[in-house]
Order: sequence, then structure tokens, then C-alpha cells
Amino acid sequence: MHEMGIVLHLAKTLDETAEQEKLTKIGRVVLQVGEVSGIMTDLFTDAWNYFKGRHPVLSESELVLETIPAVTWCDNCKRTYETVKYGKECPHCGSAETWLLKGNECIIKEIEAE
Amino acid sequence: MKIIELGASVTASNDRDAEALRARLKAKGILLVNVMSAAGSGKTTLLSRIVKDMKDLRFAVLEADIASDVDALTMEQAGAKSVQVHTGGMCHMDAGMTAAAFDALESTDFDIAFLENVGNLICPAEYDTGAALKLMILSVPEGDDKPLKYPLMFAESDILVISKTDALPYFNFDVEKCISRAKKLNPGIAVFPVSAKTGAGMEALESALRTIRNSEFRNPN
Repeated sequence: MHEMGIVLHLAKTLDETAEQEKLTKIGRVVLQVGEVSGIMTDLFTDAWNYFKGRHPVLSESELVLETIPAVTWCDNCKRTYETVKYGKECPHCGSAETWLLKGNECIIKEIEAE
Repeated sequence: MKIIELGASVTASNDRDAEALRARLKAKGILLVNVMSAAGSGKTTLLSRIVKDMKDLRFAVLEADIASDVDALTMEQAGAKSVQVHTGGMCHMDAGMTAAAFDALESTDFDIAFLENVGNLICPAEYDTGAALKLMILSVPEGDDKPLKYPLMFAESDILVISKTDALPYFNFDVEKCISRAKKLNPGIAVFPVSAKTGAGMEALESALRTIRNSEFRNPN
């Protein structure tokens, strides 16, 4: 299961942060999830609630997910468009010389901690 | 409570593990190849053919599967040292698991190590395993439209092997169309159509692997 793997990495990254910053408790964790990152947010939250119990620093944490809209850049007409609506082909000029600008990331924006 | 702004990728810990493993393998002179494909594309058949053909090189194969050890046994019979990794239901290998598999091998006297990733064209593309080279396999029965369906895998790979070309007469697989679709996603991708069964195209692939191995380590042992 894909989400489980990402949650494991998230927990590990937060454990490392807690150690570096000498944190004893992490509260709110704000995560920015790209629209085309392939992460199912419901499954992700379920997996998180299961795993946080195994990490003492995280046991009382709460996950907040923010969505980052996916935007594609067209190399041919130098314009951008909504990735989810139009896919690989540029709706302005029909070119397939297009690249994802943002929307596939999964970033820990900020955490509340003490 | 205070707020700490991180702005770090969720997989930051994996990226660090991957860099550490890459440095460790470079020091040992081992070329690690991350081999990715769907289930049933012929990964094990292709790799055991390479191991048998390139007898002057020493191979290790890290077999990642959700269960069983059939692939590891096949690779041992072909002449490679192998270790079976059970991912416990996970859909991909990460750098920490790959490093642990190397530890389990005990010996480090290898020229090339293949990481046979979980059979899946989606998730393995998203994780850096610490490999220096990413090789994907697309078999003829899967169809020439796969670059359209799994763009990330094709965009991330350095080498595309089109396998089972001996089956071309029985399928509507357009090799040229497939190559042009893959190159549209990844202009730098090197493509090798092969049949591990008949041996067609194997020499070109094997000589490319040898060149990459030698250029990565200018003084091989």
C-alpha cells in the first residue's frame, strides 16, 4: 500500500526533526499534498492514525492536509494550464511539449511542537 | 506550543538514506541498477540471461517481493549472489530497505548489483533507492501504449528495455511508436529491444551496461 510507505517516511522525518530540535511533543502537522501526487488523502489519514501510536513524540499529533493545485507549463506557447482538467496536451495550442510545474509534491509545511 | 516551518519533503529521510548508500557503493566500486517493471515482464529471465552472458563480472541480485523466494533461487542458479527481501506488503523499495539488503549479502565483492524492485509501474518510480542507474522493462504483451499510462516511470528511467521481442509476431506492438512515446517523455532515455529467450539485442544491452559500469568507476579494482 503506497500511503503506508509515505506515512512511514513522514514519521521518520518528524522523529529526526524532534531529535534535532529537542522536541518532546508534536501537535499539528501541516502537510501540503499536490493534486497529482497520487496520494489518497483518506487512506493517508487512516495510515497516519495507525502509525502515530508507535512514535511517542507523535502520539497526540493531528494531521492537517492542504491541497496544492497541479499546474502544467507549455513549452510551445509559453502558457500554463490546469493539469487535472487537460492532462498532457496543452488546451491553448495542442502541443504535448508540456511539463508539470507543481502538483506532485508532498511537503511538510509546518509543525506545532514543544 | 511553537510553530516550526519545515518546508521539507516528506521523503527527506529517504533521500538522505539514498545519498548515503550511493556514496557507500561508489567507494566499493559497485554499480547498483534499480530494475523496475510490471509483474510478469520478464525481469528475472532477463537478469539471469545477463548474469550467464557476462561471466567475467561478479553480480549480486536483491530480489524484492511481497512474498516467496522463487526469484532468488533462479538467480543463484544463474551464478549471482542473491538476497530475498520481503517488503511486507509495501509496493516499492526505499533506500533504507535497499541498504539493509546489502548488509544481508555479507560480501561486497561485486561489479554490478541489480535491485529487482516490486513488480509495479507506479510507486517504485517515486522512490530513490540509492541506485546509480534506473532501468525499466516493458514487455511486448503489455502493449506500446504504456508510456501514455505510466508517464513517471518512463520519465524517471535511464534505460528502457523492450523485452520479449520474440513475441512481436503475435501482438500489435509497434516498437517505433513505443520508442517515440517514451522519448517524448524522456528525450535522453536509451532504448534496447531484446529477447532474453533468443538472445536478440542482448549484446547491445550488455555492452551498454559494461560501458556504464566502467565509466562510473575508472579503475575497476
